[in-house]
Amino acid sequence: MATVYIDNKPYPVNPQENLLHQCLSLGFNLPYFCWHPALGSVGACRQCAVKHFKDEHDTQGKIVMACVTAAVDGTRISIDDPEAASFRAGVIEGLMLNHPHDCPVCDEGGECHLQDMTVMTGLAHRRYRFEKRTFRNQDLGPLVNHEMNRCIQCYRCVRFYRDYAGGKDLNSFSLHDTVFFGRERDGVLESEFAGNLVEVCPTGVFTDKTLKQHYTRKWDQLFAPSVCVHCGTGCNTSVGERYGTVRRTVNRYNHEVNGYFLCDRGRFGYEFVNSERRIREPRLRGEPAAPETAIEHLRRAVAHGGAVGIGSPRASLESNFALRSLVGAGRFFCGIADGEASLIRLMLDILRTKPVRVPTLQEIELSDAVLVLGEDVANTAPRIALSLRQSVRQSSFDIANKLKIPLWLDNGVRDAAQDRRSPLFVLATQATRIDEIATETFRAAPDDLARVGFEIGKSVIGPDSGAGGIGCDLVNEISTALKNAKRPLVISGSSCGSAAVIQAAANIAQAYGAALYYTLPECNTIGAALMGGGSLTSAFDLIRNGYADTLIVLENDLYRRAPRAEVDPLLEKVPHLIVLDSLVNDTSAKAELLLPAATFAESDGTFVSSEGRAQRFFQAFVPGDPIRESWRWLTDESWTRLDDVLAALAREIPELGRARDAAPSAAFRMAGAKIPRAPHRYSGRTAMLANITVSEPKPPDDPDSPLSFSMEGTEDKPPGPLIPFFWSPGWNSIQATNFYQKEVAGPLRGGDPGVRLIEPGQSNGKSYFSEIPEPFSPRQGEWLMIPINHIFGSDELSLSAPAIAELAPGPYVAIGSNGFAHESEVSVTIADETFRLPVRIRPELPAGIAGLSYGIPPVVGIRLPQFGKIEKIS
Amino acid sequence: MLAIEKPLTGNMRGDGSPVDIDAYEAGGGYQALRKILHGMEPKQVTQEIKSANLRGRGGAGFSTGTKWSFVPLGPDVPNPTYLVCNADEMEPGTFKDRLLMERDPHQLIEGMIVACYAIEGDVAYIFLRNEYRLCAERISRALAEAYDRNYLGKNILGSGFNLEMRLHISAGRYMCGEESGLLNALEGKRANPRLKPPYPTTAGLFGKPTVVNNVETLCCVPHIINHGAEWFRALSHSDDGGTKLYGVSGKVKRPGLWELPMGTPVREILEDHAGGMRDGLKLRGLVPGGASTEFITDADLDLPMDFKGLAKAGSRMGTGTMIVLDDNTCPVGMTWNLMQFFARESCGWCTPCWSGLGWAERLLAAMEDGNGEQGDIEKLEQLAKWWSPGNTFCALAPGAAEPLQSALKHFRDDFERHIREGHCPHH
Repeated sequence: MATVYIDNKPYPVNPQENLLHQCLSLGFNLPYFCWHPALGSVGACRQCAVKHFKDEHDTQGKIVMACVTAAVDGTRISIDDPEAASFRAGVIEGLMLNHPHDCPVCDEGGECHLQDMTVMTGLAHRRYRFEKRTFRNQDLGPLVNHEMNRCIQCYRCVRFYRDYAGGKDLNSFSLHDTVFFGRERDGVLESEFAGNLVEVCPTGVFTDKTLKQHYTRKWDQLFAPSVCVHCGTGCNTSVGERYGTVRRTVNRYNHEVNGYFLCDRGRFGYEFVNSERRIREPRLRGEPAAPETAIEHLRRAVAHGGAVGIGSPRASLESNFALRSLVGAGRFFCGIADGEASLIRLMLDILRTKPVRVPTLQEIELSDAVLVLGEDVANTAPRIALSLRQSVRQSSFDIANKLKIPLWLDNGVRDAAQDRRSPLFVLATQATRIDEIATETFRAAPDDLARVGFEIGKSVIGPDSGAGGIGCDLVNEISTALKNAKRPLVISGSSCGSAAVIQAAANIAQAYGAALYYTLPECNTIGAALMGGGSLTSAFDLIRNGYADTLIVLENDLYRRAPRAEVDPLLEKVPHLIVLDSLVNDTSAKAELLLPAATFAESDGTFVSSEGRAQRFFQAFVPGDPIRESWRWLTDESWTRLDDVLAALAREIPELGRARDAAPSAAFRMAGAKIPRAPHRYSGRTAMLANITVSEPKPPDDPDSPLSFSMEGTEDKPPGPLIPFFWSPGWNSIQATNFYQKEVAGPLRGGDPGVRLIEPGQSNGKSYFSEIPEPFSPRQGEWLMIPINHIFGSDELSLSAPAIAELAPGPYVAIGSNGFAHESEVSVTIADETFRLPVRIRPELPAGIAGLSYGIPPVVGIRLPQFGKIEKIS
Repeated sequence: MLAIEKPLTGNMRGDGSPVDIDAYEAGGGYQALRKILHGMEPKQVTQEIKSANLRGRGGAGFSTGTKWSFVPLGPDVPNPTYLVCNADEMEPGTFKDRLLMERDPHQLIEGMIVACYAIEGDVAYIFLRNEYRLCAERISRALAEAYDRNYLGKNILGSGFNLEMRLHISAGRYMCGEESGLLNALEGKRANPRLKPPYPTTAGLFGKPTVVNNVETLCCVPHIINHGAEWFRALSHSDDGGTKLYGVSGKVKRPGLWELPMGTPVREILEDHAGGMRDGLKLRGLVPGGASTEFITDADLDLPMDFKGLAKAGSRMGTGTMIVLDDNTCPVGMTWNLMQFFARESCGWCTPCWSGLGWAERLLAAMEDGNGEQGDIEKLEQLAKWWSPGNTFCALAPGAAEPLQSALKHFRDDFERHIREGHCPHH
């Protein structure tokens, strides 16, 4: 610790950091623009000027930029110094020369960092009398809106987009006061992290285009702390609502998970909640039914014990548990396709019994050698890909340390280290978007990937497996890199559909003492697996054999879990099909009783992420009656609050007991008060329903959480899991996050949200898998079809979000070449189904391998990889 | 004897054609290279340059030998080490490097080879101003000649020393002449300046140790090696060693460029060499070393043109090429002209620069057009103060502040008349 004197008062500070970081961490209001806690300092905007004094006798002092000045022990600065204050006001005046006075019609208004900083400096007049410069704005696609006239040239956008996220199509053009931040020409931003520009931009240049469709000011939205439902990573989000529709999703800082950034699927996928395809009322045999009638029907169907329940990896622990309790543990089945379910059980088994640790995303970013085995993380767990882009910078930081360049000095580190990268190896069935930052890439069939993986493990474990031959140099290179690393990491997952790949990854992690992360496809895949239950096939068998007369399907489309040829006769056969879901799908269409389930935005619950982190999400609004949480439909009267479900869950399944601790219980209060979901300037409460009734309705009760549906409640900053939105006096934008952290960019005060349910067993020794698969041999006239994941398209729910759907490809088959023409139509026969699909040429695909777009209708429910036929259509 | 007094220009031809390699060798060229290759250690070369008191001729006047001595030497240094010749001569009023490159390109090349030997450089770039097409042509030819005779390439003159030298033509922006902006430009990036640390001598071009020297600086190097540090120091009238190329532009009788002892008084350059003001015109002031130096007036003409001398008048020698303002030319117009340049050339990185320069330029334009308002002068003064060193990211805006604030001081009446009378008195 060092001591820094700020306006003559001593403060303990971290000497590794810069003065701006320290001032903000200490709670001072020091304005800034170009600096960003995740992007570091570049000294461009000159907004964070303070007066720096040589010693206590120096009365003159000198203006310095806090962001590029180290917090050396004994440093004396003044924030209040009149010259420094007037300099900062001068910078605002300079930034505002060309800034339009369009705050009332700007989407950023009310949460604009430029507004906040302008007010902070006290500058309230304009002396510039000349014409403002103007630009032509660009159409950047369905996610991000562009209004360049508002730009203040802080360079954050390009620094995030290019330097941090590896994007290439956004750039800075021209110079002096007409620098243009945009693309070479109009077009969809290519980076899957483009949506972060909305938060990175300190003003209204880049704004959320989906919010614009149903715009509401930040102060007029009700927010709830939430967790992303579009993959298994478990990014924390904040969901904003007004008038019963979700308006947008923004990042909710969690130091250990998503930090400051989300992927675009996570940010813009929310629109499915507002979809016209929502199920909004109970239907009995296709006809609207009263909730009481529906519940009555449900009760009768389960009363005589003939019901089976199929759970869901996209439903909460609570809803899965409610179904399990309703039908009985023995008649509850895991709603994951059999092949995948067995792989997930294998992964869980490895993580629970072997001495390997699942890293947090924060730890992934600090890994100094990474092996990705069999996953296309940019499409299956996109936020992880962004973390990997940071991990490869570890060697840059080593260089900077050697040259004594502080790591927060972003341009200094990049100038010195250039594009030096730490080892990253991507071994996958096809090209991936992180290949460009990889030391080496290797593409092969799943079995061959597994063989290389076993080989890498063997070079430590010994003896030679005999699998040699494949990628011998590569094996040596990877093994050397992992051996030399201080914090090695292995990433794998279920995409290859191969137990051998998963086992090989486990061998490597154990052999090299590496962290091990398995990416999983859905928001509660691990939770569903921990919940247990029989396999999907065994559920199907019970029905086929007449041992069940009622099937209850929880938030699950069986057509995405098993082939149509299997599901059709099954649903035909079962006398009573009861479906709870939020969106219409092929399964819900066949339901005898259909119950409208609340989405994540309308319910509370717990998901367990791929990290094994149980995290609570809260409802942003109470859905219109009769929509309700699935667990509420399924429970008898014994559970009235979420805490009741969690208590029962803890009793029944001790391993999930700690899920209760994911967030404080509903009884939690801060100085006796609830935590308001609405900002204190929330407006129109008395007027918004005046067309229906003039008396202001009482805000809904919330028996399930310590959050209130109003602006009344505590004024203090809530603990991490309960932060609905970030706000601090004078800080209306998301930059207010600074004041919720123990130290800027560090953990949240009171701890980061979530509890890890899976930690490596202390006493467990290493044990290695040894069943090495035979090499893949291409078949004559057949192709091994592997899944090709798409960030936009492969996820079921976000495909119902219009903006995401616009970016999703149609179904296709990818072929290396073999005489097929790009875009030509072919007939693909797989698992007894035949599809007509366009061809996409992917020259990198290994011989005998073809790819099928994953999760994009109608090509769903097929177990992949699997052999199939491709025939030209004449 | 004449050649000794004017080492940089004495060998040049009167007809404007370049000194080719034969003529260069005949005049003693590439002897310095031979001397160091067969008898001097890199550190000795650097020491000799240091002893010669050679200060950088790009304008900042940093000791060249000292700069070289910051470069790490030895087998453990990350390869390659770079030398970059800053030939991006874009300072308004400055045309000295152009003469050196057009007329005697081998002198520069030899200086660069010697410099590379001293810093154990592996690759050298000449970063040339976009508009200097004739220089490009002549340097290209000279480089080919030097490669032909094994002054460049592998195992130079059998010494085991290797050096590759390339000509790079700038995309054409003032910022490319700023040392670190130049490095970014050479890497193919925006020519924005860099923060220090890292210093270029430890992590410069492509993150490798790099020395950036001005053309004129490097041209001095072979002569110092040939004749010794003491000789070089003796060429000068001041503490700084050597001769200096001094230039004069504006309405003088004989605008031009002369190689004179460092520290020659301003008056001597202006009156003896440039022939004084054109008939009927009086001197109002001059910027002594390119656009980014403060105006000096009549009273300061006896000051010596060297790095220290002009500080007495609150100005700087800069590049040593002065722009003269006469009494028939509007000082506001001249200042506006200079500010147009600076505003146009701001890279757009730091706020005081990109935002303030444009504002100042528009205020001056308004004044010249008769649209000046009360308070404009004070606003200009505030802007100039806003661009103080340390307030901005690099030296561009502080450089722009120098002519502006000195013009406001020396020619205040003219600014006030523009506003009061609502038009430019010179039109």
